[in-house]
Amino acid sequence: MSQANRRLWRFPGGVHTPQHKQESTRLPVKPARLPQRLVLPLHQHIGEPAEAIVKPGDTVLKGQMIARPQGFVSAPIHAPTSGTVVAIAEHPVPHPSGLSAACIVLDSDGEERWIDRQPVGNYAELAASELRNLIREAGIVGLGGAGFPSYIKYNPGHNKFIQTLLLNGVECEPYITCDDMLMRERSEEILAGLQIIRHALQARECLIAIEDNKPEAYAAMCRITADYDDIEVVQVPTLYPQGSEKQLIKVLTGKEVPSDGLALNIGVVGTNVGTAAAVSRAIHRGEPLISRYMTITGGAVGTPRNLEVLLGTPMDELINQCDGDIGAIERLIMGGPMMGFALKRHDLPVIKTTNCVLAVSAADLPPPQPVMPCIRCGACADACPVKLLPQQLYWYSKHKDLDKVQEYNLFDCIECGCCAYVCPSKIPLVQYYRYAKGDIWTREREREKADIARRRHEFHQQRLEREKAEREARRQKKKAALRTDTSAARKKKQAAVQAAVERAQTRRESAMKAANARRGQQSPEQATGDKPQEENHETDDSSHT
Amino acid sequence: MLSAIIALSLLAVVFGLLLGFAAIHFKVEGDPLVEQIDALLPQTQCGQCTYPGCRPYAEAIASGEADINQCPPGGETTIMALADLLDREPKPLNPENGQVKPKMVAVIDEQRCIGCTLCIQACPVDAILGAAKHMHTIIATECTGCELCVAPCPVDCIDMVPIEKDILTWKWPYPKPAVSTLEQAS
Repeated sequence: MSQANRRLWRFPGGVHTPQHKQESTRLPVKPARLPQRLVLPLHQHIGEPAEAIVKPGDTVLKGQMIARPQGFVSAPIHAPTSGTVVAIAEHPVPHPSGLSAACIVLDSDGEERWIDRQPVGNYAELAASELRNLIREAGIVGLGGAGFPSYIKYNPGHNKFIQTLLLNGVECEPYITCDDMLMRERSEEILAGLQIIRHALQARECLIAIEDNKPEAYAAMCRITADYDDIEVVQVPTLYPQGSEKQLIKVLTGKEVPSDGLALNIGVVGTNVGTAAAVSRAIHRGEPLISRYMTITGGAVGTPRNLEVLLGTPMDELINQCDGDIGAIERLIMGGPMMGFALKRHDLPVIKTTNCVLAVSAADLPPPQPVMPCIRCGACADACPVKLLPQQLYWYSKHKDLDKVQEYNLFDCIECGCCAYVCPSKIPLVQYYRYAKGDIWTREREREKADIARRRHEFHQQRLEREKAEREARRQKKKAALRTDTSAARKKKQAAVQAAVERAQTRRESAMKAANARRGQQSPEQATGDKPQEENHETDDSSHT
Repeated sequence: MLSAIIALSLLAVVFGLLLGFAAIHFKVEGDPLVEQIDALLPQTQCGQCTYPGCRPYAEAIASGEADINQCPPGGETTIMALADLLDREPKPLNPENGQVKPKMVAVIDEQRCIGCTLCIQACPVDAILGAAKHMHTIIATECTGCELCVAPCPVDCIDMVPIEKDILTWKWPYPKPAVSTLEQAS
């Protein structure tokens, strides 16, 4: 149901940019050709990377889970088509760094054999937690660009009351039209997904927000929700960055999300229309997230359009399918011109958060303008949708004053690029903020590491001291033992000497006694034996004396 | 006159007692400045500052014995932070103490290790695992990259390897310095 007289608010700042949305909405969406080889990064979402559960040589079916989530904030990855796992290896991924990361490489067999899909008959019979588990198992993450695992978002927690479920079909960034086309072509699926999410959240009201530059999508959503009194389709005036959740909540409800809080804190949960469609597919058809609508546009693309793309498809194949000229690409951007990032190669795979590939030709780019000094005109502050002071942030980021830049609430910056867009000196402001954020995170990480090293070093010192003390104690003990040992030995020696002396004396005495005794028995001996005479003489002499 | 003298003397005695009491009961244990300096140092424990560890260096800075530019692993960031804390003028790193290098981690070539335990004894953070006549290995996550284990190794089997950048620790680089037309003209 649409309602014309709903009161709308306005968020501060924002910019009107050229739209460039007409180019890619002329043709209906068609499935992209099945690629021969798909590359599936294990990290396609916010949180921990998934963990591969297949090995090279395994045959997989379409929709089969090939990587399971690790930890709470994570999402599984499914095979987008049937085929054979070729490798699990480092491969370049779409990331601003241009670095490689672990990927599952899958060769398709062209047969598209599905796993045994198990749709849920009546989702209303399932508890909210069971629905969330199914959404988690289906690998669904926010398809608007952030890629946050959806099942966490659909969990309001204990005693939290959700007033509004906000379906985000704003798509404010220039060039991107995948949500627009999805709303035009798959409005039933979006509605079905919305009802499932609403059931999981027990939200009181549902709002579907669409910017007024998408009249067809608005009409389609109004048509499909005509019979529902509790679902409201709201047309909002076009203004960038209205698609950002916090800004959209301000426009629709007048409420502001606190600086360090979430939309959940003010009773609102926002979700992208694409995510809702994916939820519907997962629950009603038993199909995990393996494909998405995606815009292929830009001056280097002959026929800009939207395609339904299997995750893992190389981008250059998609550009070729849209009559693009790879050689004419001056810059390849994933996402839109405001918040997207330039890619370093053309053959990178499509991931869950790839909503648009913008192949910019030389003609699209404005003539390069030199960066001029900041003249403190304040245009950036007027354009900032978060009411920050971009020139102060720029100043402190530029001079690497990381404490000061946080005092000016750097982390509330949504990196929308409005400040840089209006800057008359063409200063790349957002690049400075991104640099400062990265530096602060790195500093935190290093500080934690230094704390661990300090503790380990202190322990090491303690251990050395303890060992030294133990060694010393052992030495002392040995010394003491030696001392007692020597005295004992001396005593023993003395005793031995004494004993020897005594032994000698006793022997002497006993010998004397024996001699005396023998003298007494001399006559019978002489009579019987032949004892030498001299001995008798001696004994005679001694006895005489 | 007399009452004033008595009153002032009494006051002096009372405050003297109070101060004496405070001096004993509210005595600050240790030097908080040393703690603050130590918190800013990278805790590599490499000894390149000529002191046997980060804490002795912190103590030397606090006592004015050492300068703030003797820590190569900390580099410019640490010097700036120390200058900020101590309200001193930042200065470039003293080249006598070494050069700023990328973050490294020690790696033992296990084929060549003879199990002499000399590196284990040299490691300031106990990040080397092994026993006499058994192969040693380095716990990479605990290694501070201090290089103290490299010199004692009799078979030269320890290498310092720069830590590879990965996507999780990657950060946006500092924007290319803006060359304004005014600066170009001047």
